[in-house]
Amino acid sequence: MFTGGGPIYQQLADHIAEDIMAGTYSEESSVPSTNEYAVFYQISPITATKSVNLLVEQGVLYKKRGIGMFVATGARDRLHKLRRSEFRKEYVAPLVHEARLLEINRRQLAEMIDQENKK
Amino acid sequence: MTNAIEVHSVTRTYGRVRALDTVSFAVPEHSILGLLGRNGSGKTTIMSIIAGQDRPSSGQVDVLGHTPFEHAPTLAQISYVRDNQRYPDDYRLHHVLRIAPDFAPNWNCDVAEELTDGFRIPAKTPIKKLSRGQLSSIAIVLGLASRAPITLLDEPYLGLDVTARALFHRMLLHDYGQHPRTIVLSTHLIEESASLFDRVVILEQGGVAMNGDQDDVLASAWVMSGTKDAVAELVADRPVLQRNTVGGLTSITADFALDDATRIRARDLRVQFAPASLQDLVAAYGSSDTDSTDVKVAERA
Repeated sequence: MFTGGGPIYQQLADHIAEDIMAGTYSEESSVPSTNEYAVFYQISPITATKSVNLLVEQGVLYKKRGIGMFVATGARDRLHKLRRSEFRKEYVAPLVHEARLLEINRRQLAEMIDQENKK
Repeated sequence: MTNAIEVHSVTRTYGRVRALDTVSFAVPEHSILGLLGRNGSGKTTIMSIIAGQDRPSSGQVDVLGHTPFEHAPTLAQISYVRDNQRYPDDYRLHHVLRIAPDFAPNWNCDVAEELTDGFRIPAKTPIKKLSRGQLSSIAIVLGLASRAPITLLDEPYLGLDVTARALFHRMLLHDYGQHPRTIVLSTHLIEESASLFDRVVILEQGGVAMNGDQDDVLASAWVMSGTKDAVAELVADRPVLQRNTVGGLTSITADFALDDATRIRARDLRVQFAPASLQDLVAAYGSSDTDSTDVKVAERA
């Protein structure tokens, strides 16, 4: 499942973060254990631990000793903030580049965005 | 983190052949290490030495703090099944499963049973009549059910079907979750197993080409492709691991940090670049010829 596109621990961390933003795991609910992630995605448990630790450092997950990992209160807001700064570089920049290549002007681009929004 | 295995400048010569040349690396406890490299790069030789079945010509190997060769307490902690393991002629599966616990103090029958069922290993056929894939299955049963603190798996996938390979991955990680251990796994099926490894060692002609955390190893490695002139301009005089040229197009695999200016210039020159996969990197290190290699096949067609 995780091939190419950067370090595996980063990919899993992104995946968990997206699940939290999408509401799959709500705040104060538990997320799967690192061993479950390891078996499910067939990755090294050490790598899975690294992903979870990253999210703990970001204040997205926290550990309840002996019980498991939980989604922190305010995790969604924190993730939104973190990911918005990436949004421009990761999505807007390539979009503008490609639009320029295809000679799509600003107005046409805005129209396309409006149409997507209506879907 | 303490190291379960430490290899210190190990050299192993067979007559005039230098199978290993001052090889050094360490495996942290509870790591899953991918031991990668081409045929004849020294993977099996270093595994035999770690397993205590062979001795280095010079240098030293420490497994759980001891030299494993002829050291019974250390050997009891190691599970190693060779890819060409031989069994007595009249042996069937149950003979192997009956004697295996004598060599593995942590032997677990449930793991062995689940695997033999899952792999559908025929119980009544003499082992010498089993297929390559079925022999690999037995090796995996022995390797995983031993629950040895040091588990060495040499080419565990040979001849295994796709269902069996997935079962092996699942069982390996599941049982590791219950009983963490240090695992060294050599394979050529890199794409499929890459995600299992937190660490990798790439051997090339008996030496260590790359050693470290998989994420670190891949951090600065990338593949670039475009027109010959554009790629040449971007790379300038920096070292390239592998270069493939067909007509006016070139793709290269390299391992050095790319600055933002180079990335922007690459976009202007219509040169594509992407992070290298572990497979790309192993293939690149294995290609001794880093000069331009024109592919002639296309022209013959």
